[in-house]
Amino acid sequence: MSTTIVMPQMGYDMREGTVVKWYKNEGEQVNRGEVIADIQTDKATVEFEAYTAGILGKIYANEGVPVAVGEIIAIITEPGEEIPTDLEPNNEQIKEVPAASDPAESLKQPSPVISEIEPTTENGTQFVDGVRASPLARRLAKESSIDIRMITGTGPLGRIVEKDVLEYKISGTPNQNIDSNIKSFDGSGESRIEELSPMRQAIGRVTVASKTTAPHFYVSAEIDMSKAVAFRQEVNNSVTDGNRVSINDLIIKASSVALKEFPKFNSFFNNNTLEFHSNMNIGIAIALTGGLMVPGINNCENKTLLEIAKSSTDLIARANENKLTSVEMNETTFSISNLGMFDVDSFSAIIFPPHAAVLAVGTVKDQPVVRDGEITVSKIMKATVSVDHRVADGAEAAEFLILIKNILEQPLSLVI
Amino acid sequence: MTEMTYREAICLGLTEALDEDPRVYLMGEDIGPYGGAFAVTQGFWEKYGSRRIKDSPLSESAFVGAGIGSAMAGLRPIVEIMTINFSLLAIDQIVNHAAKVRYMSGNQFSVPMIVRTVTGAGASVAATHSQSFEGWYASVPGLHVVVPSTPEDALGLFRTCREMADPVMFVEHILLYGYKGEVSDSIKIPLGKADIKKEGKDVTIISYSKMVHNALEAAGKLAEEGIDVEVIDLRTLRPLDVETIVNSVKKTHRAIVVEETTKFGGFAGEVVSIVQQEAFDYLDSPVYRVAGEDVPIPYSMPLEKLAIPDTDRVVAAVKNIFKKSV
Amino acid sequence: MAGKTNTQNSKPKSKKMTSSKPDSLNEEQLLEFYGQMVLIREFEKESERQYTRGNVKGFLHVYSGEEAIAVGAINNLKKEDYVVTHYRDHGQALVKGIDPKQAMAELFGKSTGCSKGKGGSMHLIDAEKGFMGGYAIVGGHLPIAVGFALANQYKDENRVTLCFMGDGALNEGEFHECMNLSKIWNLPIIFLCENNLYGMGAPAKDHLATPDKIYKMSEAYDIPGFRVDGNNVVEVYDLMKGLTEKVRNGEGPQFVEAQTYRIQGHSIADPAKYRPDEEVEYWKKKDPIIALKSLLIDKYNVPNDTIEQIHVSAEQEIIDAADFAEQSPFPEDKELFSDVYGV
Repeated sequence: MSTTIVMPQMGYDMREGTVVKWYKNEGEQVNRGEVIADIQTDKATVEFEAYTAGILGKIYANEGVPVAVGEIIAIITEPGEEIPTDLEPNNEQIKEVPAASDPAESLKQPSPVISEIEPTTENGTQFVDGVRASPLARRLAKESSIDIRMITGTGPLGRIVEKDVLEYKISGTPNQNIDSNIKSFDGSGESRIEELSPMRQAIGRVTVASKTTAPHFYVSAEIDMSKAVAFRQEVNNSVTDGNRVSINDLIIKASSVALKEFPKFNSFFNNNTLEFHSNMNIGIAIALTGGLMVPGINNCENKTLLEIAKSSTDLIARANENKLTSVEMNETTFSISNLGMFDVDSFSAIIFPPHAAVLAVGTVKDQPVVRDGEITVSKIMKATVSVDHRVADGAEAAEFLILIKNILEQPLSLVI
Repeated sequence: MTEMTYREAICLGLTEALDEDPRVYLMGEDIGPYGGAFAVTQGFWEKYGSRRIKDSPLSESAFVGAGIGSAMAGLRPIVEIMTINFSLLAIDQIVNHAAKVRYMSGNQFSVPMIVRTVTGAGASVAATHSQSFEGWYASVPGLHVVVPSTPEDALGLFRTCREMADPVMFVEHILLYGYKGEVSDSIKIPLGKADIKKEGKDVTIISYSKMVHNALEAAGKLAEEGIDVEVIDLRTLRPLDVETIVNSVKKTHRAIVVEETTKFGGFAGEVVSIVQQEAFDYLDSPVYRVAGEDVPIPYSMPLEKLAIPDTDRVVAAVKNIFKKSV
Repeated sequence: MAGKTNTQNSKPKSKKMTSSKPDSLNEEQLLEFYGQMVLIREFEKESERQYTRGNVKGFLHVYSGEEAIAVGAINNLKKEDYVVTHYRDHGQALVKGIDPKQAMAELFGKSTGCSKGKGGSMHLIDAEKGFMGGYAIVGGHLPIAVGFALANQYKDENRVTLCFMGDGALNEGEFHECMNLSKIWNLPIIFLCENNLYGMGAPAKDHLATPDKIYKMSEAYDIPGFRVDGNNVVEVYDLMKGLTEKVRNGEGPQFVEAQTYRIQGHSIADPAKYRPDEEVEYWKKKDPIIALKSLLIDKYNVPNDTIEQIHVSAEQEIIDAADFAEQSPFPEDKELFSDVYGV
């Protein structure tokens, strides 16, 4: 078997060498350890020993010609062996490897000591989306389908920060009162253009985004609230601390039980995945002059009916004073809208992102019903759940809604 | 529970080590009859004798290296380098040998050695005696770096260090020896576990060693202005408790790193890098550092004060985050 | 001293190999020594060849020409005694008992190397055989050697630590610190300086205050110093026999200057142009292997065949080692992260 001899590595940074002199001719016997050539590196000329015995079959590197380290320079064969013909060396120019940069050069300019760099205050297109905003603010705005460019920043350097996004969600822009720009029809025959308040604009944006991205479908049911109403009465008769339970509180509690059974409705669709929320923070839609807010009662899964009632009373009071917290505004997972106080029978609501569903309930009113073949009067409430079809189907939505119905029709299950 | 000073806590840790493990011996300058430059080993030489309390000549390289060799041969030396400034004389032994011998030998050797040393400024001892290099050592794979700020942390961490199979830099702070604190009797603290010294929700201050005390003081002042600060004490630089840091910043959305060493290239930069990478979408503000000025520490007291961070500077840095532009 | 060649300064006070004093070694032992020296030489020649083939990389410092020191000194040690040395460590490693296959595999960077391929030529280590390592920082291993001796003393063990160094290490602060420290604590250690007359590229005499009296440098620390012809394996053996006994008897640290010469350059890349040709030729004639061969033939009438057989079998052992190394696998990628810390 033949042994190829390559230009040896004779120094850890050697890249090429030149055979200065061959001590053996082609065809001559070579012994192991015998010096067969002098090789010149960039540092010195060094003797090169053969590491196998045999015949010096062919010389590929001529004296005086630089060869890259690792390229073939000769072949040693056994006596009588043919020389393989496919071993011509790679004759391309030895590639110019860029010399290691002179370290002295790079040390000539001492790097400036960087004290706290204060960025300049310019705004402009070099910022992401053209505005200076914190990563948190951007994420919150995106999750709430708010265009960050609409928000005024009050952080350092005019940066839009978390607080600005939250205030925008509540009231449009900071320090702006909730607008009640309602002029009644004055019969003067003139049309007019009225600029929408920031809150109205926000509501517009959020609802358009929701309706156009989430494929809504609706499932309705009539719920017999007779027992629930009586139950509520009894509860309120027995509370001593003025903490009264409303019909809506019963609905919230019932929903939280149903959400445990059907966690899909406590999730939301995001890019072909379902993100299941870890808590149940049920939002209640609160109508204000000038707009709508949906703050949440957090952790309903762990709250008793009385605790829910206390929370909702408190939320409504603070909503009217514009004192809701960011956690309450931003972490709802499901919501309930109740137009019962306006004597509305039923309606369907638009899902409030990032949710999978919203429950819309109307007024509780006495209606004739058929029971055991006989006509009697019950207190009926119509409920409609709007569901994102990317999350659930009709059958699932129906089961969810009917569970709520069943709970409300057997209200004792709320306290078991 | 016992109240004791930082010095007493370390002294207790050393006593336990000497009493419980015959392989343990101490070595360092003036630790014998003199009782130690910071009085940590008072009475030890008289009690344990010169076989176990080796009062060494001023040869940092030789005696730290001897500690390493003896650890490789099965002992558990606790070597004292009088201050971290002098560790530079032994840095070849620490970095090129202690930290690498296990690796280069393919696990034939281990170096279960503790190097106790003292860091920090503020005692008017001028430039070559006032530096803080614990961050440098934290960047060396193969070492552990421990930076306790309280007596309980010092004792708890020391007890764990005794069990480590690899070299530990146990870095005490020059101004903390007299600091008193409560110590639970059987306290033992794992390495790589930071401590939330104060919980808060508006901003996180990440710090270690003496600066933790400045951070807590700053937190007290900021509370009066309605800013609720969370203070994290890293306790060990290597291994670093990334989880605690990141979880805190995800909660508060704002962070400052406070350390005593000079700012440029300091360890705080490592923490900032981790925070911005792991908690980017949770940040409402850039992550700032409060650290030593990029100067040698001057002798003159008013200048020295300017050179190292203090409570007021920490307060100012936090307020800077919350300032409004309109 | 300008103009004087090194040959004049470097003639050791040596006795001829054929002295008539009673022999400390018999023929069998001398043949054993011969085999060890030849094995080292073959190993070094093969590692140089393998370097030029690209199998051994980085730095390679061969011991060719200095074999008598390792063989003469280490054969006085027991298995549990420690040897600590510099980066020209193959010779000492082989005499202390490292398997040539594992050593060659380590040079190749293979996972079957004595240090799992992670150390390389400069960090051959076999703790189980008491070969506590070659180390790459000049003078950096001296404190560690002191540490081994310290541990031996602490634990009341009867081990000897033999610490090799080159003449370059005498320049480093650690040498002086370690002399001082080992004396004040009376440690069981022998410091052996292999004076091959050159640091890396400069003659030792240019960098030492007392290059002609290296063995006297220890006197400043009250440590006995001895000089020996490092190319005379019998002399080295005799001296070291006495010194290891002294150390075991608790007489404290000893210092030896062994004068020798490296036939090759400092390392593989070094053609050693800084040495005069006459000097190199002079020392080649004093090759320790040639000297011992002459002693065996002249004094003990060992037949040529026996000598030849030793060479053949050493060569074969090294060929086998190279084959083993070549066929062994490289470490797996995950080994990058192992052994940084203990479990």
